[in-house]
Amino acid sequence: MSAPLDGRTRVAVQLGKAASWLSRAAGRGSGAIIGGRVALALEPRALERLTSGRRVILVTGTNGKTTTTRMITEALGARGEIATNATGANMPDGHVAALMNKPKAGYAVLEVDEMHLDQVAEQAHPAMLVLLNLSRDQLDRVGEIRTVEQRIRKVVEANPNAVVVANADDPFIVSAAQSAKDVEWVAMGSSWRGDSASCPRCGHHIDTSTTEWHCTCGLRRPTPGWTFDGDTVTAPDGTKLELNLQLPGAFNRGNAAVALATAYRQGVRFQDIVMKLNQVSSVDGRYRDVNVNGRKARLLLAKNPASWLASLDLISDGDRPMVLVVNSREADGFDVSWLWDVHFEQLLGRRVVVAGGRAADLSVRLKYADVPHTVVKDSVAAIQSLPPGDVDVLANYTAFRDLVAKVGSEK
Amino acid sequence: MSESKIRIALILPDVLGTYGDGGNVIVLAQRLHWRGHQVEVVEVDVDSPVPNDCDIYLLGGGEDTAQQAAVTLLRRHPGMQQAIDKGAAVFAICAGLQVLGTSFTGADGILHGGLGLLDVTTTPMGRRAIGELIAKPDPALGIGTLTGFENHGGATKIGTDARALGTVIHGVGNGVDRFEGVYQGKVIGTYLHGPALARNPELADLLIQWATGLQLAPLDLPEVDLLRRERLAIAD
Ligand SMILES: [Zn+2]
Repeated sequence: MSAPLDGRTRVAVQLGKAASWLSRAAGRGSGAIIGGRVALALEPRALERLTSGRRVILVTGTNGKTTTTRMITEALGARGEIATNATGANMPDGHVAALMNKPKAGYAVLEVDEMHLDQVAEQAHPAMLVLLNLSRDQLDRVGEIRTVEQRIRKVVEANPNAVVVANADDPFIVSAAQSAKDVEWVAMGSSWRGDSASCPRCGHHIDTSTTEWHCTCGLRRPTPGWTFDGDTVTAPDGTKLELNLQLPGAFNRGNAAVALATAYRQGVRFQDIVMKLNQVSSVDGRYRDVNVNGRKARLLLAKNPASWLASLDLISDGDRPMVLVVNSREADGFDVSWLWDVHFEQLLGRRVVVAGGRAADLSVRLKYADVPHTVVKDSVAAIQSLPPGDVDVLANYTAFRDLVAKVGSEK
Repeated sequence: MSESKIRIALILPDVLGTYGDGGNVIVLAQRLHWRGHQVEVVEVDVDSPVPNDCDIYLLGGGEDTAQQAAVTLLRRHPGMQQAIDKGAAVFAICAGLQVLGTSFTGADGILHGGLGLLDVTTTPMGRRAIGELIAKPDPALGIGTLTGFENHGGATKIGTDARALGTVIHGVGNGVDRFEGVYQGKVIGTYLHGPALARNPELADLLIQWATGLQLAPLDLPEVDLLRRERLAIAD
C-alpha cells in the first residue's frame, strides 16, 4: 500500500488531475501527460512522493519497453492493483500521471526512457530494474549509446538492493548490469549487431560471431539463467515452460522470457505467468489486425534500425504484400540514413509499397536493393493500393501513430 | 563485359560504419553492376592488413575510439597510402575525414596526429552540427549540388594543399569559411551522411571515374531524381 501524500504533493496531484481533465475536455488526447506535467511543475519531487511505499519496477532499453512493461503488468496482475504507463508515455510526466491515476496501487511497473532512467530511479527507488537492450535510436537527437550505457551503469551501482533482470546477449546491457549483486540474466537473443561491435568498456572490436561473445578486456557474455528455444523457456532451476504467445516474433518471446523472470522474482507461479502472457494480443495498438476497405492489415511498429531488422525478419517469412512507412519528424529522428543499415534485400519477390514523409528515401534504398516497389505517400492510400486480402504494415513512430489514429477504430 | 573486378575496400566497417555510411558501398557496387562491371568488396578489420590493390577506399563516421583505431591500423599497414600513389580514390566521411587530416582534437580535448592525406586540421566546434546540409560543389568537379545529413561536433580548417569540396548553401559543413568537405588529389572528405553517395550519384560516379578511368554511361534513376528534388527543396 502506498504511503499517504503530504499536503503539497496532494495539491499538486489535484491540480494535475484538473489540468488533465481540462485537456481531455478540450480534445487533446488522453491528457495524461499534461496532468503529470502540471503536478511536476508544482512539486519537483512528485515522483518520489508518489512512489513512496510502493514496489517499483522500472523497464528500460531501446526496444521492447512498452511490450515488456505490459507483459510484466499482466503477469503481476494477481498480486493486486498496478500503476503503469501503458501508452508508452515514458518520461517523468508520464510516470507521475500513471501514479496519480492509481493512488492505491501497491505496485508500479514503469516503462522509462533510457535517457531518463537515472533521474527516475533517483526518486523512485526501484525494487527491480529490467534492462532490455541498447542500440541507436534517433542518433541525431539522443546522443551516443555509450553515454547511455554509462548512465544506466551508475543507476545499477546506486541501487545495490534492486534485483536486476538483464539481457545477456547485449554487450552494452551486460556492461551496465554486471556490477549488480542480484542479476537474472536472460538470453533474449539479438540479431542487431550494428552498435555493439565495439566494446562499451574499451572500444575494441567485439567478436560477436559466436553466441558466447567476449572482448579482450574481459567483458564477456555471462551464463544466462533464463533461455528460450522456440516457444520453450527454460528457467534457472531447469523448469521448462511452453509459451503460446499471440504476439509474433522471436523478439516478443525474448520480451516474454524477461517478463517471466521478473514476475517470478515477485513470487508469481510459473503457470500463472505463462497463462497471462499468452493472453496478450496487442500492445498499445501494435500487432493488431485492422480492416482497411477489405484489406486486413497487421500493424507493426519499428522505431529504429534494430527494430526494423527484427520486424523484417518476422514478416519476411510470409508472402503477404507489405507497406513500409517512414516519417522523419522530431520524435522519429530527422536522419533516415539508418535505412541503409537494414537489409531490405531480403524483400525481393514480395510486393512492396512505400509511404510516409520519407518515402523517397525508402524508394532509393529499395532501388539499390533491387526490390521492385511502388510509392504512395499516404499510408492509408498505400494500403488501399493493394488488392483485398492480408497486408503487413511496418511503420516508424509517428507514421504508426498517424496510421492508428486514421484506421485504428476500423474493425 | 568487363575485364577485371573493381575492388572496393571498407576500412573498419564495424566501428567506422555508423549513420548508414555502409550504404555508400552498396551504391558504388550497384552503379558498377548495373553497367556490367564486376565488383569485389573487401572488409578491413583491426586484425587484417590493409590491401594495397583496391580501387576505392571508404571510411565512414564513428566515435573517438574508432578514429584512433583507424589511425593505428592505417599507419601499421600503409596499403591505402600505397594504393593512392598508384591512382586509387578515397572517400572519407565525418570521423573518416578527420582521420585523414594532419591532426584532430577529439571530444576528450586531446590532439591526435592524423594520416596527413588531406591538408586539414579539426578541432571541437563547441556545439554539434545536426541537420540537412546542402552545398554548391567546386565547379572544377563538374557535379550537381551536394545534399546530405550532417551530425558532428568537429570544425575542420582547410590548409593550402587541399581544396573545399563545396560551399555551404544550407547547414554548417566544415564550420570554417562556409566550406563543406575537402579534396586533395583523389582523396575526398565530407560531412555528408545520408548516405552521401545515395543522395549524390554524380559524386559516386566521379569517384569511380577517378579510380578506374572508366567512361560511365548515365543511369536513369527517377527514384534518385525525386529524392534529390525533395532534399534540395528545403533550402528554397
Ligand atoms: Zn572490451
